[in-house]
Amino acid sequence: MAKFERKGKGGLQEISTASLPDIVFMLLFFFMVSTVMRETTLKIEQHLPGATEVKKLERKSLVSYINIGKPKGATFQAMYGTEPRIQLNDAFAKVADIRDYVFAEREKMDENERPLMTVSLKVDDKTKMGIVVDVKQELRKASALKINYSTRKVEAIE
Amino acid sequence: MPKRPTGQFSAASMADIAFLLLIFFLVATTMDIDTGLSRQMPPYNPDQEESKDQIKERNVYVVLINSSDQILVEGIPMDVHKLRENAKEFIVNPTNKDNLPEKRPTEIDYFGEVMVSKGIISLQNDRGTSYGMYIKVQNELIAAYNEVRSEVAMQKFGRHYGDLPEDKQDAIKKYYPQIISEAEPKNIGGN
Repeated sequence: MAKFERKGKGGLQEISTASLPDIVFMLLFFFMVSTVMRETTLKIEQHLPGATEVKKLERKSLVSYINIGKPKGATFQAMYGTEPRIQLNDAFAKVADIRDYVFAEREKMDENERPLMTVSLKVDDKTKMGIVVDVKQELRKASALKINYSTRKVEAIE
Repeated sequence: MPKRPTGQFSAASMADIAFLLLIFFLVATTMDIDTGLSRQMPPYNPDQEESKDQIKERNVYVVLINSSDQILVEGIPMDVHKLRENAKEFIVNPTNKDNLPEKRPTEIDYFGEVMVSKGIISLQNDRGTSYGMYIKVQNELIAAYNEVRSEVAMQKFGRHYGDLPEDKQDAIKKYYPQIISEAEPKNIGGN
């Protein structure tokens, strides 16, 4: 009668780990390519409103961001109060600073791409429209007319 | 250390190094792609007062939002969830009613001569309106346009609006032009 015999002398066979680095490298390259580093730290609370008809913002190099919301945490609230404030890059700003910001951002771009500049408004959904309207007026004065209201994608509005 | 013949090195630590890098990038990654509603604002022109008086009342769809986030559409209070259907009726005006916008014949590629609505949507908000509500209303108005556009795309070309080539999309954009005008905000009732 034929016998089934275990190969080797008992114990489990070791799995070769030679291909492990390759697998890990593959994952590594995927994450390296898909990574977008955070450029600014938010000093404001920001819960973006939801919308269904959203479009993706392409060409990140053409987009400048304006953040509006309540100062975040006790330390910032002690310094800047609880009223919504504007944050440009890393610092709080006033409405009057927006024009300079837009010009500075425009200056950084290629000359032929300047007309395509988009300003993304990232505004907390509890903010009152007053400050948003002021910002929009400033943007119009700086002739940055393409704007994008940053929203989350949701299936249906509340 | 064990001596190795020259030209060989242990690859065992390669995995550790790669893992280290991998974990760093995993932590540092933010995968969110920015999405949002794109709008084009009119150029700033302080001298020119908006001349609304030449536009007939039936051609304007007035949406007001007050400081307590209530909506008034053409003088009637409305829930935000009904706004989309109502706006669609205004945009299409299927039965050519007298109180809905006029149409004028226009020549459009692929469609030939068709009647295009003269309707414009006027959106006005208060300084006290919450941004969340404002976005909801904007979203519903854009959704109304998107829905009528994809309906006509289905009828005419048998495909979804998003799948059509650019020239056909442009033709549909001319068929249902999206005009949302935003007046300068006033204090419309309430604080």
